[in-house]
Amino acid sequence: MPNEQQGERREANRDPNKLPGGLSMPGPGGPGRGVPGPKERARNTGATIRRLWAYLNQQRAGLILVYILTAIAALVTMVSPYFLGVAIDRFITPGRAEGLLGLCILLLGLYAGGAISSWLQAYVMTGVAQRMLQSLRGDLFRKYQQLPVSFFDTRTHGELMSRNTNDIENVSNGLNQTVTQMLTSLIVVVGSLVLMLSLNVWLTLLSLVTIPLVMLATRMIGGVTRRNFKAQQEHLGALNGLIEESVGGQRTVQIFRREKAMQAEFGAINGKLNKAAIKAQIVSGLVGPVMNMLNNVNFALIAAVGGWMVWKDWTTVGIIVSFLNYSRQFGRPISDLANQYNLIQSGVAGAERVFEILDLDTEYEEHGRSLDGRSMRGEVTFEQVSFAYKPEQPILQDVNFHAKPGQKIALVGPTGAGKTTIVNLLTRFYEISSGQIAIDGQNIRELDKNDLRRNVGMVLQDAYVFAGSIRDNIRYGRLDASDEEIERAAELANADAFIRALPKGYDTTLTMGGSNLSHGQRQLLTIARAVLADPAILILDEATSSIDTRTEMHIQQAMRSLMQGRTSFVIAHRLSTIRDADRILFMNAGRAEEQGTHEELIAAKGLYYDLYMSQFKPAG
Amino acid sequence: MWRLGKYLKPYWLPALLAPLFMVLEVCMDLMQPKLLQRIVDDGIAAGDAGEIQRTGLLMLGVALLGVIGGVGCTIYSSIASQNFGRDLRGSLFGKVQSLSFRNLDNLPTGTLITRITNDVTQLQTFVQMLLRMFVRSPMLIVGSLVMAVTINAKLTLILAVSVPLLFVFLFFLVRFSLPMFATVQKRLDGVNGRLQENLNGIRVVKAFVRSDYEEERFGEVNRDYTSVMTRGMRIMALNMPVMTLILNISIIAVLWYGGALNRSGDLAVGELVAYINYVTQMLSSMLSIGMILTFISRAKASADRVNEVFDERPDIENPTHAHPGNVKGGVVEFDHVSFGYGKENGELALHDISFTVQPGQTLGILGATGSGKTSLVSLIPRLYDPRSGEVRIDGTPVSELELSSLREKVGVVLQEANLFSGTIADNIRFGRPEATDAEVQRAARSAQAHEFIERMPEGYATRLGQKGINLSGGQKQRIAIARALLMRPAVLILDDSTSAVDLTTESKIRGALEQEMGGTTKLIIAQRISAVRGADLILVMDRGAVAAIGTHDELMQDSEIYREIYRSQVSEGSEAYA
Repeated sequence: MPNEQQGERREANRDPNKLPGGLSMPGPGGPGRGVPGPKERARNTGATIRRLWAYLNQQRAGLILVYILTAIAALVTMVSPYFLGVAIDRFITPGRAEGLLGLCILLLGLYAGGAISSWLQAYVMTGVAQRMLQSLRGDLFRKYQQLPVSFFDTRTHGELMSRNTNDIENVSNGLNQTVTQMLTSLIVVVGSLVLMLSLNVWLTLLSLVTIPLVMLATRMIGGVTRRNFKAQQEHLGALNGLIEESVGGQRTVQIFRREKAMQAEFGAINGKLNKAAIKAQIVSGLVGPVMNMLNNVNFALIAAVGGWMVWKDWTTVGIIVSFLNYSRQFGRPISDLANQYNLIQSGVAGAERVFEILDLDTEYEEHGRSLDGRSMRGEVTFEQVSFAYKPEQPILQDVNFHAKPGQKIALVGPTGAGKTTIVNLLTRFYEISSGQIAIDGQNIRELDKNDLRRNVGMVLQDAYVFAGSIRDNIRYGRLDASDEEIERAAELANADAFIRALPKGYDTTLTMGGSNLSHGQRQLLTIARAVLADPAILILDEATSSIDTRTEMHIQQAMRSLMQGRTSFVIAHRLSTIRDADRILFMNAGRAEEQGTHEELIAAKGLYYDLYMSQFKPAG
Repeated sequence: MWRLGKYLKPYWLPALLAPLFMVLEVCMDLMQPKLLQRIVDDGIAAGDAGEIQRTGLLMLGVALLGVIGGVGCTIYSSIASQNFGRDLRGSLFGKVQSLSFRNLDNLPTGTLITRITNDVTQLQTFVQMLLRMFVRSPMLIVGSLVMAVTINAKLTLILAVSVPLLFVFLFFLVRFSLPMFATVQKRLDGVNGRLQENLNGIRVVKAFVRSDYEEERFGEVNRDYTSVMTRGMRIMALNMPVMTLILNISIIAVLWYGGALNRSGDLAVGELVAYINYVTQMLSSMLSIGMILTFISRAKASADRVNEVFDERPDIENPTHAHPGNVKGGVVEFDHVSFGYGKENGELALHDISFTVQPGQTLGILGATGSGKTSLVSLIPRLYDPRSGEVRIDGTPVSELELSSLREKVGVVLQEANLFSGTIADNIRFGRPEATDAEVQRAARSAQAHEFIERMPEGYATRLGQKGINLSGGQKQRIAIARALLMRPAVLILDDSTSAVDLTTESKIRGALEQEMGGTTKLIIAQRISAVRGADLILVMDRGAVAAIGTHDELMQDSEIYREIYRSQVSEGSEAYA
């Protein structure tokens, strides 16, 4: 926003290539992003600009057209004051009527040509820029699909979203400025200078007197502004943090009667922000009046000195009129530069953050052996498997087990024991540190990752459904499934009955996150999806833990038919759901402490026994 | 929107001074072309060098005087608008603090946050613009017009055509572009929604190897957004060229007609030059009118969103005559209580609930998801008021108790453990900032949190990130329990608050509760029968009504639904073996 405020006063009669700030389309982030902020510095400006350039260059024809049109528009802007002066000197001062009309028509043609080419330029450039942003967004999204799960563990969704919106929006703003503005500025500055020199050397020098002052003022104010905005931004960040946290936890705040304390804390930061913001606004607001004054001083100098020169017969009134226009045109690109610089900087910084993601290694760097459509039998072996995110913090240590095709394996143990990690390793969401995992006797690292995952189905605790029809949600399991197959899968998952009870049946549209279904119903949909996918190996990770036990009992049947004939891994808190497993792995602190059937483990009276007793004994 | 003006009232002096200073700057700006005319006509044409010098110096003086106006306006408009923003923000935040749970249900957290942050900033910027730009542009337009007319009335005919033309163009541009903004925003929401959905389900996407499909889906919304955005930007791109063209054509017309007037002796050369300058100034100021219009409409939208919050009436207020009696024993009594979240006559979440819990007793509450367990307990600390019937503590209706003393005595641990940034100790102290370290540790021990806290490098002084992001779900829940225990409430409510805690730890917490909070009335919502089996009373909820109430043994005998829950949890395994 500081840019808009500094720029707005004379934005109006700027060169025709730019929209006035307030009328521009509200980009991503919407009209709400009015928080004044210091612009970020880019780290490796040169390389990033070259890369952005490569993106733009994919539309070379459009870009060249834009440049030609920009040049035409700039030339028109540049020569018209000259003709204005000619009109006054040749026709008006001497009082000649003939020829004036011709000149007027010439001017009219020039202006019309300028207007048309600047509109065409904007028209083409908009297309070029928007297409480029579209492909940038698309590339970023594609990249997200290919990054390993560990990437998403360490970053919030908000952060990833903001790369796709705010950062790309900044690129867009910067782009609008750079591509055409720079060329226009260059042509106008050089051209005006040449024309001015050809008209009158002394007046040219006179018009240049204020330029160093303009630059000095811009730099001085800019420096102070940046410091003040930084302070303002820090307080604003603190305030926003507090708001987010306290409003997010508003219910807790009220239950613990902390409203007054929160308000006091808020008031203190709000006050600090206020002081910093007043300073920052005043300093940045100085740019407008100071530039205005320098313009007026320039105007006065040319008028007075020029007038004296006319009186001495060294120049003419028409030339002074031309100069008054030129000096304004000449100074503007220079005082704009500070503004543009900020926009370009934040654009480059935005691009940098986007490229940073695009440069990450995907999880598909190495190519494994394809299964060529053969499906797996589902024999799973873990041999001495260890895993750690960081070497000093092992998550899994020396886990060994063997699952025959069609067996049900249950993973039990306290939170953080490594149960979910085991299944994440099986799907290669993470790569093991040592040991070997084999399916059907083949090391999974040698398999094609996508083939592996097609053979491993997952039903997770948070039943993921997306906006779309119920049919499409189930079809997610196998995209080429027919409607009959979908309904069959739903029947197997015990979901058919509730779906048919809905007014629109299978065509019922779900909202984002599926909030119009109960959790149990969503879970049934994800089970149907897994049925449809028909994997050789199935993972149920706390699939029923947020469903109450009666509902769970009703979907037990669906779960059983799903597990039929597949090697299944079941993670559950409730021991009742896993008692019938072929093998129970009791996990503790990253190790498989006990293994065996329910009866064997009970008889052993170890950790599993304790857990079992605590769950079924009365409290006390 | 204008009723927010009351926040500007305390700063009426700077708010008045800012436009006045702007008037000074505008007047000085308007004098420049007039002085130029004097140099041309009285100096050059009349051959008076002294006049040129005098007028030149005068112009410099006018420029310097103008900067005083500009700087003054900046200073006072910043003071007025920033103070306005601070007060509005503070007052809005205060309002949010006073909202009831029902109000909060209507206003999602996300939008509340953007209202306090972005919308207030937007309004603050608007006030600043109002005191600067909105004064400057109209005054420049009117001033230039007046100056132009005083120079030559006949030439003004040209303006009589071009000014309305500009307005008509502007009108149509805004008419066409505003609905487009709305579409752009909608499509953008589509892009963001799709992305968010994808990120939320990224594991599922990967597990089913559906990245191609997802890319296609994203490509769709991305294309839609780009096409609308491109169309909108292209319409907006008409703005500058057309406006500039109208401006330039007017100047050509002035030049041509002015030339004719000059030849007939009605217009001096200097007057023509000044006239052209005024026309330029006026028409270019009009370009910013479009900007002002969009700013007004944006500010209006923000003001509406802010006012919506101010208009929320907290439906839970302190009783005018609070009952003097304090909560001591903790007898909780429900007397034919019915409750619904919606409006009067809306769907009921609870039907005709009656029961009594004696001090020190434990009430276990079981029931399916959505059967009304959470609704029931939230009536006790008056997070909501019942539609009919009465909730009483120690015989006094909760609606007659002073709100803050009521909530002080009723400790609630919500399903979602909401922690705040700060140290772990600060978080446990949240409800009782004056508690000693020993008390904090004791509460943490009871909640089985002490052990893992001590294991952390900085123990109780460990700083948590926002919302406690560096803790696991079970750890967060245990801190939330410790936080409630520290308040030593007369009534303690645990709303499924150990769902992420493993079973061994959960049973330890249960044991500690019995020991430490013997005198406290406890209401425990649970999924597992094992968690409530030892309770003095167990309440089974079904579709908003009490399905059964009694001890474990009684319920096993009398309640079919309880037996079914029991079977689903305990004997399901043996059934499979049978």
